[in-house]
Amino acid sequence: MASVLSVKAPAAAAAGATPGRRRRRTAWRAAGFVVPVWAYVLCFYVYPLVSNVKMGFQNYTVSSFYTGSAPFVGFANYTAVFRDPQFVSIVVNTVLFTIGSLAFQFAIGLALAVFFRRIFPLNGVLRSLLLVPWLLPLVVSGTVWRWMMDYDSGVINQTLLHLHLISQPVPWLVSTKMSLIAVIVVNVWVGIPFNMVILYSGLQALPEQVFEAAALDGASAWQRFTRITLPMLRPVILVVLTLGLIYTVKVFDVIMLVTQGGPANSSQTLTTYAYDLSFTQLSFGQGAAVGNILILVAIVFAGIYLRAVRDRDGEKR
Amino acid sequence: MSTVIRQTPVTRRRPAGRPGRPSKRARKVLGTCTGIVIVAVMLFPLYWMLDASFLRPQDLVSTTPVWFPLHGTLAGYRDVFGSQGGHLLISLIVALGTVAVTLLIAAPAAYGMAKLRVPGRRLLLFVLLVAQMIPGIVMANSFYIAANSLGLVNSPIALILADSTLAVPFATLILHSFLRGVPDELGEAAAIDGASWLRTFVSVILPVARNAVITAGLFSFLFAWADFLFAVTLTTQDNRAPVTVGIYRFIGANVTQWSSVMATGVIASIPAALLLIIAQRYVAVGIGSAATKG
Repeated sequence: MASVLSVKAPAAAAAGATPGRRRRRTAWRAAGFVVPVWAYVLCFYVYPLVSNVKMGFQNYTVSSFYTGSAPFVGFANYTAVFRDPQFVSIVVNTVLFTIGSLAFQFAIGLALAVFFRRIFPLNGVLRSLLLVPWLLPLVVSGTVWRWMMDYDSGVINQTLLHLHLISQPVPWLVSTKMSLIAVIVVNVWVGIPFNMVILYSGLQALPEQVFEAAALDGASAWQRFTRITLPMLRPVILVVLTLGLIYTVKVFDVIMLVTQGGPANSSQTLTTYAYDLSFTQLSFGQGAAVGNILILVAIVFAGIYLRAVRDRDGEKR
Repeated sequence: MSTVIRQTPVTRRRPAGRPGRPSKRARKVLGTCTGIVIVAVMLFPLYWMLDASFLRPQDLVSTTPVWFPLHGTLAGYRDVFGSQGGHLLISLIVALGTVAVTLLIAAPAAYGMAKLRVPGRRLLLFVLLVAQMIPGIVMANSFYIAANSLGLVNSPIALILADSTLAVPFATLILHSFLRGVPDELGEAAAIDGASWLRTFVSVILPVARNAVITAGLFSFLFAWADFLFAVTLTTQDNRAPVTVGIYRFIGANVTQWSSVMATGVIASIPAALLLIIAQRYVAVGIGSAATKG
């Protein structure tokens, strides 16, 4: 962000010899390059956003497609959603899914980032390979994990049984108690590379002298980590966690592929619930209402994120 | 990957050779071994997909894991080309279309912002940053209604446009930050020679920015190829669905034919694997860009 704000003096604008009219004409011609993207933003971001907010107040169902009209119903969609007996548990699931995913993604990502700061052969290659889970289509990852978590033939249960860590297969996907844990495990796996890469580059940017001084003063590795690394990394940590929040709340593919929100809504989050309302129950108004709740959540975290980026760039200067 | 390291010129810490500690060399070997174990654990699901894609039906239901496909068969892959070939083709068309739309929008925008310094560029960058945070399900809801009224449900055009929303902000930000590093003199020299801005853009700037354009294009391809949410909401007919939805419905219908499902997964992963090989050093930059370039 800071790099964007500190744009150099407008040399190009000064290229025209006569100021005034000529410069203005130049500005208009330059605008031709960004008109498409502005039009695009209006059509493909602003319009869907506005239309979704509006739909949240309309009784928009399948019949609206044929009649072409969707009567305004005030907050009826919201009250219907809030009164849904499942709603509270869906919100709880969303919170647990988000916190559980983030906590483990972050902890493991940080541990890996610290580990890969050591110098050893193949370091770079191994780090690149760890990015693969992030690059893979989520549908593929979800499918593999669903196969690995299969009750009878899944490799996870078979291995655990073989090692006598469990006496019965774990019903990862078919039990209402385990399904949320199952989707969290998959999502943690997907998110580790992202956390690792950003934290790693954050660690690389820390000034080395501080660590050397601390080591000379006799600080142990753990002390250096908790008293120096973590506090200095704080701005980057904030960015990783808020971006992680924004991404995790809208996770859709993983849950749909692994459990489809089931069994009995036990792994349903607000995102999959919104999908279910709109595209399974064909109650688009209610789906839009849940979507609007997600927009509010995104706005809050986007605000925190933008502040975090600004603070971090401020410290860099 | 390597670029990240180069961008941050930090002297890397070398473990001080203290008495009573394992030698530097032993520590390095230990580091590599630990790293290999970590990667093996993290990538196990991929191996398991590859393994299962070659297994016979009786191996898939055996009570002990079949660690190596010793009695491998290509039956799974034959199934894929029978049942998933059409889906793969649709994915390819949609992904290529998305690349085209994305670059057409993003490249001129990045040039206008970085080199011509159009008014409102800060606002535009901010808007693009925030646009990435809109929940996908909100977009899908609105896109479906819009596509429905335009008669575009099940059309690849709708999917291309929807998928481009995943790629345009990212591509613009990447190209913008690259073009800011290109010296102004380059464009000015062309201007003195009498080239119009459009001409300067096409024949001077774009060739210089080739690597950034390729990166933006590759990521756009991958985003569209991997998209599931728009694919599952904007296609209702099975024969119009891209491969992500193909896999999803395939599992629903054939829970026991895991080898075919996994073979489809392997093929659907090929673009990601190619990207990692071709553009390895851009990938880490790509991941980080959301957090750092913004």
